[in-house]
Amino acid sequence: MLFLFYTLIVFCIIGSIIAIEARNILASVISAGVVGMGLSILFLFLGAPDIAITQVVVEIIVLIILIRSTVSLDNTAITKHRDTFAILSSLIFFGLFLVFAFMAFQGLPKFGEPLMRVSSQYLQNSVAETGASNIVMGILLDYRAYDTLGEATVIFTAILSAFVVLRAKGKKKKEERDKIRVGIPGKDDLPETLAEIDEEGETISKI
Amino acid sequence: MEGMTFIVKTISRLLIAVIFSFGIYITVYGHLTPGGGFAGGIMLACGLILLTLAFGKKTALGKLSDFWASLLDNLGAFTFWSIAMLGYMSGYFFLNFLEKSAPFQILSSGTVLLNNLAIAIKVFASIFAVFLTLTIFGRFVSSLISTEDEE
Repeated sequence: MLFLFYTLIVFCIIGSIIAIEARNILASVISAGVVGMGLSILFLFLGAPDIAITQVVVEIIVLIILIRSTVSLDNTAITKHRDTFAILSSLIFFGLFLVFAFMAFQGLPKFGEPLMRVSSQYLQNSVAETGASNIVMGILLDYRAYDTLGEATVIFTAILSAFVVLRAKGKKKKEERDKIRVGIPGKDDLPETLAEIDEEGETISKI
Repeated sequence: MEGMTFIVKTISRLLIAVIFSFGIYITVYGHLTPGGGFAGGIMLACGLILLTLAFGKKTALGKLSDFWASLLDNLGAFTFWSIAMLGYMSGYFFLNFLEKSAPFQILSSGTVLLNNLAIAIKVFASIFAVFLTLTIFGRFVSSLISTEDEE
């Protein structure tokens, strides 16, 4: 069983490295989907079907949306070189993160032996108190419903900002906006030669 | 002809009812079996996105336009919040105030079922709205970018 976990974790790591290194955006999106699928299988074997279902569904929808929105863009290939300063600084920060994470993980309980202080209370009383036989839902929507309200607020705010930034209405090109604000005529409105002005005198009043 | 080929249209016409009923099942039975409002709502949104990809944007926008998507989003969030506020009638925030029947029944958990339904409606509408903004409205933004590059 432990061999399967390590295989899946290595699979996820390889997928994420390919996602970073791929030159084509479509290829990197697909290999980022590999990570989510591997994670969902991991959750399924660890005995968390709720999270596995959510992970699979979210991964599928993220893949669909990302592929659809990258295909509609034309510039999918990255040609720019990376500078050495960015690589060096990210390596240094990643090393610092690894050191502090190693120090922090020493205090955590071992894998497979969780602390059962509050959890045992939930396991014993949840069906009697909330009536939900799925204990995860009982905790999410009864004991810790305030957290779920916060999560719903996060989704709500994210969708609101996406609507505001990407809306089609109310967006004008830069030139049109400047023309309206300042009142300067565009290139097409100006007469090209003096002869035009003599022939039709209205062009001056148009300006 | 808008949308994809005849094969895709036929298969998605057969599958769409199954996807929608499975999403509703996952939502309604969320407190008895694994699942819940979030996963069920995303499954419903998946069904509508399949409609959009197979039949073109006109069919899907006829089923649920962007205005109604944002309205349903607000309505789901407001329902969730007002169920939480109704707990103040007899106690505290998020009180499970409804009567509970015997365990393993569909009405066994009071407000958990209602919260699941509200979250499902909210997530369904908002994920579909994200898809609309990133693909259909996104073309407008990408055309703007391309015109700026040409200049």
